[in-house]
Amino acid sequence: MKNLNSVFAAYIIGWGVFFLFYVSIAKRTSDLRTEIERLKNSVTRK
Amino acid sequence: MGKRVLLGALAILLVIAAAYASFYIAPEERTMGVVQRIFYFHVGSAWAGMDAFLVCFICNLLYIWKREQKYDWLGVAAAEVGLVLTTVVLITGPIWAKPAWGIYWTWDARLTSTFVLWLLYVSYLLLRTLVEEPDRRALLSSLFGVFAFIDVPLVFGAIRWWRTQHPAPVIMGGPGSGLDPTMNKVFFFSVFAMHVLTVFLLVERYGLEKMKSEVDVLQREAEAL
Repeated sequence: MKNLNSVFAAYIIGWGVFFLFYVSIAKRTSDLRTEIERLKNSVTRK
Repeated sequence: MGKRVLLGALAILLVIAAAYASFYIAPEERTMGVVQRIFYFHVGSAWAGMDAFLVCFICNLLYIWKREQKYDWLGVAAAEVGLVLTTVVLITGPIWAKPAWGIYWTWDARLTSTFVLWLLYVSYLLLRTLVEEPDRRALLSSLFGVFAFIDVPLVFGAIRWWRTQHPAPVIMGGPGSGLDPTMNKVFFFSVFAMHVLTVFLLVERYGLEKMKSEVDVLQREAEAL
């Protein structure tokens, strides 16, 4: 089982990258949703 | 929303199943031993990344031809997803290379062309941040995207056309190449799992780009009032 640490490192880092990317999409989506609400309210008020 | 959640759950299940198959079903490779198991994740990510760039290229051409926003949205979504997949390839490759070759990196044709590909799509995304006007941004980035895609066939052909440190292809590598039948099944299952994950990320990223366009329209409306 020589180099098993390398295999685990590759999979964990790889999955970590995908997870962080998904979190970044979710965060940006949530920010945009708030921004859309704010703009809709501002257009309605004017 | 429901379909997106289902697709996400399917992608996660398939990726976990592919990892299980890579560790417990695929036989151990004789010369490299356990470290060869990175192959299923590394090459699966590479193929999915190339296909994401192919989607980006097709969308770039369609935008230049039809000037419809949906092609720009899908193009940028595919570029970003392809870039993430290529980042995984560039991380897992050196982790595999160190025990196999004794070095993390070498400037051979395959590794260099992959790194250049990564830089080209980083430039594609940076270019989009520099142009404010949406139609001009979409056209310029589409033109650049068509140029950037030229590197994809170079990455594919590098290990076929030139002698490289990177191993020769075992899939579509011509006579003498190929995998053990069980390894082959696990490999194509991993490729499938990575493609489902890619589709899920593309759908999510496309939705984000669509929302950005909605914000642009609302901002213009708010400014006009």
